[in-house]
Amino acid sequence: MSNEVSMSISVKEASDLSDQGNIDRRKPDYLDQLEAEAIYIMREVAGQFERPALLFSGGKDSITLVRLAQKAFAPGKIPFPLVHIDTGHNFVEATDYRDMLAEKTGSKLIVRYVEDTIKAKNLKEPTGKNASRNWLQTFTLLDTIEEFGFDACIGGARRDEEKARAKERIFSFRDEFGQWDPKRQRPELWNLFNGRIHKGENVRVFPISNWTELDVWAYLQREGITLPSIYFAHERECILRDGRLLYNTPVIEKDPEDQIVTRQVRFRTVGDMTCTAAVESSAATLEEVIAEITVSRISERGETRIDDQQTEAAMEDRKKGGYF
Amino acid sequence: MDLLRFITAGSVDDGKSTLIGRLLFDTKNILADQMEAIERASKSRNDGEIDLALLTDGLRSEREQGITIDVAYKYFQTPNRKFISIDAPGHIQYTRNMVTGASNADLAIILVDARHGVAEQTRRHSLIASMLGIPHVVVAINKMDLVGNSEDAFLEIAKTYQDLAQKLNIKDLTIIPVSALNGDNIVDRSKNMPWYTGETLLSVLETVNVLKDKNTTDGRFSVQYVIRPQTEELHDYRGYAGRLQSGSLRKGEAVKILPSGTESKIARIEFGGQEIIEAGVFESVTILLEDDVDISRGDMIVSVDNSPIVSQDIEALVCWMDDRKTLKAGDKYLLQHGTARTKCSVRSIEYQIDINSYEKLDEVESLKLNDVARIILRTAQPIAYDPYQQNRANGAAILIDETSNVTVGACMVE
Repeated sequence: MSNEVSMSISVKEASDLSDQGNIDRRKPDYLDQLEAEAIYIMREVAGQFERPALLFSGGKDSITLVRLAQKAFAPGKIPFPLVHIDTGHNFVEATDYRDMLAEKTGSKLIVRYVEDTIKAKNLKEPTGKNASRNWLQTFTLLDTIEEFGFDACIGGARRDEEKARAKERIFSFRDEFGQWDPKRQRPELWNLFNGRIHKGENVRVFPISNWTELDVWAYLQREGITLPSIYFAHERECILRDGRLLYNTPVIEKDPEDQIVTRQVRFRTVGDMTCTAAVESSAATLEEVIAEITVSRISERGETRIDDQQTEAAMEDRKKGGYF
Repeated sequence: MDLLRFITAGSVDDGKSTLIGRLLFDTKNILADQMEAIERASKSRNDGEIDLALLTDGLRSEREQGITIDVAYKYFQTPNRKFISIDAPGHIQYTRNMVTGASNADLAIILVDARHGVAEQTRRHSLIASMLGIPHVVVAINKMDLVGNSEDAFLEIAKTYQDLAQKLNIKDLTIIPVSALNGDNIVDRSKNMPWYTGETLLSVLETVNVLKDKNTTDGRFSVQYVIRPQTEELHDYRGYAGRLQSGSLRKGEAVKILPSGTESKIARIEFGGQEIIEAGVFESVTILLEDDVDISRGDMIVSVDNSPIVSQDIEALVCWMDDRKTLKAGDKYLLQHGTARTKCSVRSIEYQIDINSYEKLDEVESLKLNDVARIILRTAQPIAYDPYQQNRANGAAILIDETSNVTVGACMVE
């Protein structure tokens, strides 16, 4: 099984700002523009809030956020903790990477477990085929925000991912229950972000709102950042279900129609194992992954996220309830 | 490759969402699963025709009502450029959303229905584009197929629009006859309108010069955050983190700190911890000064020989955005300009502008949602600004309601 394969994680490279790939600073291009905007947003968070946090999952978007935060506050450390809401169903490659990156960047890491919330609140865990703890993360997230009094949570959501996210502000206001109200969003003008809130409310901040999936990959490549190994092609035992390849792990309840197959795959997004599908691929390097995505005719969430497929407004409804 | 942000303005029936859908479709930026989802949704809704508008309407109530309520962002690219499309609703009740979308746009596409010609809302959208200082305006005269692809019809509307544009501040205007539904003159040249020899919409979007629009002359740097690592090796490090809103600043350059007026010199500029010699417009950098001066968030570092206006008395055009309260003389708000926030009070409403007729209305008592007016403000602390039409980034400000914390006004300082 592939998670026993030695991990080709080089967090040194991910946290080392002295080696910034082949950046030609004389020719500003769209990546420079997106980077400058994201750094500006990170600094607005540090300047406007008392207790911000960076929501870190181990996925490529949050790895990008950590890099941007490092650049925003260099030579100082990132002035807020990394927070991970762990469903207990995460890929071990992603959580190992998370731990190492926190250590190398000298950031405080806070991990809270969905498992603990289920026990403490006596929540009923979804069961059956396609059951996922993904939605339950909301409870743990809101509890964690309350526990530490976070007034701003930085997340790696992008507007190109999903149609509800395409409508969300960069500084996205949440009421004291963590709810997003799409009809009462604050106007967001120019680059003037209004982070004023009352106690108990908070703001979710999305510095890479204007990035596309391809932009993130191109940025990781340009910055010379090494990703968790599951992003690259490897042999893995998978469950073939409804045309999708899911990792064959005990946390996924089997269905009589499931087939167990071994395929060469990579993950295009890294979320909870129960709702993240792999894609068949032979792309072993960032260059090869970028080449594959460039010609892909299927969107990222469409290809790999089972949680968005349920209804036309699945993400909108989750966000109204306090989700990331 | 560079980036162009454009807003599309039009109303419910002008085919605005269809136009965006068409741009994405004809530039092959719609992916297979997205197309399938649209096909599925189209089947359950109308006569089975594929409705490209479904691509941009993201919220449940928008799909239910078949309208766009909020600003939606779409991302696509061609071999020549990357695009951020800002889709804002066109109805008068959503003027604040259009202002929001227009605030960051390099170009505006204003849709006109060829059957109706220049309508009230065309005038409104054009005023907003002009007021918000969008450098390029493209008027897309849509549904040409419904007027028999007639050149005369096009020329008549174009003439009416040019007369209207004279009253406004539109620097670069292009007028194109299109059919979003059929894809005429959007990406591909129309076979139905051989008389039109100008550019297609995409070709304008791909070639408009956005570098020239940037203010590269006035060095303005708003301090967002002070970096003080206070470690042993960086004991005395004090870096000012911020973004060049306009112009550029160089190592060794003499600068002034506003509003205090203290002068110093740039000792070092860093980007991501690495030294650089010069920082250009919109770059997020860290500046270190030669002298130990008192600087905090909200202060501005500017070139010593090119100073903005520093004042507590400000005149501004305001678009009022609060649907619950009105703005009246004597009201107090927070003004956020750059990274500075200060209390302010409304001295007076000079006049309101009828955004449809452009008439000035005197003796206005209060402003309600979507009203545009010229107001005079008095701020508690001086602000360092440039007139908006010269410097969008340093002439823009927002008003915040101190009790609700909501952003209630968009100000363009004059």
